[in-house]
Amino acid sequence: MKYPVTAGNKGTKVRGDCLITFDPEADKDLAIRVESRVDILFGKAIAATARKVFDFFSIEKGDVHIEDAGALDFVLAARIEACIKKAFPVEHNFLPDILPANQYGSARKQLRQSRLYLPGNTPKMMINAGIHHPHAVILDLEDAVAVDKKDEARLLVRNALRQVDFYGAERMVRINQIPRGLTDLDQVVPHNVHVILIPKCESGAEIEQVNDRIEAIKSGEKSEQEVFLMPIIESAKGVLNAEKIAAAGKNIVALAIGLEDYTADLGVRRSTEAIESLYARSHLVNVCKAYDLQAIDSVFSDVGDTEGLKQTVQRSKTLGFEGMGCIHPRQIRIIHDGYSPDEEEILKSKTIAKAFEKALGEGKGVVSVGTKMIDAPVVEKAQRTIMAAIQLGKLSEDWRGSHE
Amino acid sequence: MSNMNCVQNTAGRMVPVIANGKALEPFRGVGKYRPSGRKYGPPIATCADYPADGNKLQPDLKSALIKAGLKDGMTISTHHHFRNGDLIANQVFEIAAQLGLKDLVWAPSASFPCHNPIIDHLKSGVIHHIEGSMNGDLGRFCSQGHMRGTGVLRSHGGRYQAIQDGDLHIDIAVIAAPAADSFGNANGLYGPTACGLLGFALADAQYADKTIVVTDNLVPFPCIPWQIQGNYVDYTVKVDKVGIPEKIISGTTQVTKSPDRLLLAEMTAQFCEAAGLFHDHFSFQAGAGGTALSIGIYFGEILKRKGLACAFARGGSNKYLVEMLESNLTKYILDGQTFDLDGVRSMRENTNHVDTSPFTSYNYHGKGNFASMLDVVILGATEVDLNFNGNVVTHSDGYLLHGIGGWQNCLAAKCVIFPLPLFRGRIPVILDEVTTLCGPGEMIDVIVTERGIAINPKRQDLMDAVKGSSLPIKPIEELKAMAEQICGKPEKPKLDEEIVAIVKWVDGTVIDAVRKVVP
Repeated sequence: MKYPVTAGNKGTKVRGDCLITFDPEADKDLAIRVESRVDILFGKAIAATARKVFDFFSIEKGDVHIEDAGALDFVLAARIEACIKKAFPVEHNFLPDILPANQYGSARKQLRQSRLYLPGNTPKMMINAGIHHPHAVILDLEDAVAVDKKDEARLLVRNALRQVDFYGAERMVRINQIPRGLTDLDQVVPHNVHVILIPKCESGAEIEQVNDRIEAIKSGEKSEQEVFLMPIIESAKGVLNAEKIAAAGKNIVALAIGLEDYTADLGVRRSTEAIESLYARSHLVNVCKAYDLQAIDSVFSDVGDTEGLKQTVQRSKTLGFEGMGCIHPRQIRIIHDGYSPDEEEILKSKTIAKAFEKALGEGKGVVSVGTKMIDAPVVEKAQRTIMAAIQLGKLSEDWRGSHE
Repeated sequence: MSNMNCVQNTAGRMVPVIANGKALEPFRGVGKYRPSGRKYGPPIATCADYPADGNKLQPDLKSALIKAGLKDGMTISTHHHFRNGDLIANQVFEIAAQLGLKDLVWAPSASFPCHNPIIDHLKSGVIHHIEGSMNGDLGRFCSQGHMRGTGVLRSHGGRYQAIQDGDLHIDIAVIAAPAADSFGNANGLYGPTACGLLGFALADAQYADKTIVVTDNLVPFPCIPWQIQGNYVDYTVKVDKVGIPEKIISGTTQVTKSPDRLLLAEMTAQFCEAAGLFHDHFSFQAGAGGTALSIGIYFGEILKRKGLACAFARGGSNKYLVEMLESNLTKYILDGQTFDLDGVRSMRENTNHVDTSPFTSYNYHGKGNFASMLDVVILGATEVDLNFNGNVVTHSDGYLLHGIGGWQNCLAAKCVIFPLPLFRGRIPVILDEVTTLCGPGEMIDVIVTERGIAINPKRQDLMDAVKGSSLPIKPIEELKAMAEQICGKPEKPKLDEEIVAIVKWVDGTVIDAVRKVVP
């Protein structure tokens, strides 16, 4: 190992982060030097946090330099722990308290229209993610993190799961591709992660590996909580194996498609109209419906093009998708509006559901609206629409009372 | 200056009773101080001393300053119509330095980063102190105790009041103008440095002993419209360049792309709607920052949806305010400064886009002003405290970094709203007590943060109005606790007893003092 070791980030544009430089070979009692943008207000607190982490790992010697740009305590602690783990082979973890507010659960059928991607090594973007109320946040350890930063990002994501309040959003982590991603699970599963996203998933075997590892971790932690999975299909092979993947784990709640890599795999250009991926997406939707899973569409990468996003969501909904990823909070509202049932759909669903209830009350086996007979799947769809509308705040719970 | 000559003012702040050799009145409460006596009168001039053909041109700025009698200890004023593109203020003091002058007072209407060379003149003794605003590096220099005199911070309205009342005597005013004639008539509408209007220089023209108009766009008499009347002007000067156009006005105004700020803007607009603040003679003022700009756009959308229109909107004008004017969402823009080229164009072409001055808009020692007529005003702040007091000049680390601008004056509006992030970087925005008191909490009604909205308990009417809405209304104490839970509780900066600047209230009394930062 080359000393000194570093972890974190610095630079003129870096905020809410710090760079730690640690030289364990310096032959002196642990010296902590803090250089901070908020030195006057938090200089002492920063040094105290640093000392706490070094004490925890029983490190008494060395030279520490903290270049801080407003990092919160959980960030400082993750960066220092990363430095220590680069310098020494330590197994145990310095865990900041988990916020009581972060101990909420999730459900299989949770609304997942929007999932906001948060780069796993960029703390600044995590802090305020929840205020935009996406249905889920994804702490991303895969594409958003450089290869040499994977280890430190894993600790940062772990601490974020414990310390950042996402205000009720479902808590997801995208791990690295299997097998590398299996290591990621150790640092995220014990910290109330709701959904694990498995990128570039191509086989049911990958799901089994992930679930074996999750079970092993859970039994070690004596945890009962279910961890859901969302495999991401990003290759032709993945598309062909989608059904096997869907069937490979009971805790799978959705399949997502990743079109950037999929189109690269096909050797075609990704277009806004997305004709090139029509088969893959339709196939995915059909697999999902067959296995009672949610079908989740790929992200729309041009943040400035709100009109393009609206149209993409519209087409996506038409195909049968129920949500998509977002890479910017500004996309959330548009995505919610797009996937949610519109006024006409809600009205129609209310009429059908009322007719069904009336028929039930009158002991009739046949539901009809006007002169039209309504089949059971149509009734079920109407009921699902009503549930979604209530969840989205577009319909009140006592909608029957307000219906004329 | 140490704490020795301090008294506690009504706001509980220790403030000096004398600064730069002048006696001061401590703040006595909002509306409590009663001025007496008569306004300041400049010396009577006679046409016998001025060329009958109206041509007051001097060969250069130096000659004009010498003719105006520039000497040690004088107070020289300049204005911020060219914002960060001003080329004249630095030249004035460069000339003073060449002439070997000492102990001048600079009284700008605002300072910008382009004025950093002033620091050298403060160091060398050419300038004794600044009465106006001390931003950025100048503020840091002052906070470190390097300025010999005591800085005096005033609002735009307070500056007019001080000059009018004789608290701030201007020996020589140097007014840089985008267009002027040799008689001294001037406006901000035409020429390469067109900036819209020259309202900040009105007090100086009216009350300074000597006034010099400097332009790079000399037009034949008469320069129409004469936003500054030549009858106030002693000398005129033609130079190659008065300002750098691209730093005066940004060609395009950008709505903020920051999702967090957009959320603040949206929540602010939602609050105003839920509180029932919109009506058919609505009026508002929002600043030029990205958040304020977006709020203006949201206001426009709500008015359109409700089929309402503003009686007037106050500028800083920009493209979006002009769009509101042109689509009849506001009947008038009463403009204090233009922030982009659309604002300048509109002021030139549209008679309903009216130029105003700190006299009409903000002067507290007048027979009313526009600020108190506004339904809603949107302002920023560096800090607020549990009593809703606001700070706009220092940061939480004690350093002086901003001027007051029209901020104090706007607090007179019917509903004063601060959209603020709950913390910046790691620094919470809500404190037990503001580092520097600039605005009393009784005038600040609503704090909108991304994590909740606090309404001043004094505004029970607003509390009642938004009851039952889905807005996250929370006590300010709860918001403060939320920020500290995320950021930790910040330490207080170590401040010396030494006072480096005083903050004047709109009536000329001293509301607080800024103390030297111990590094």
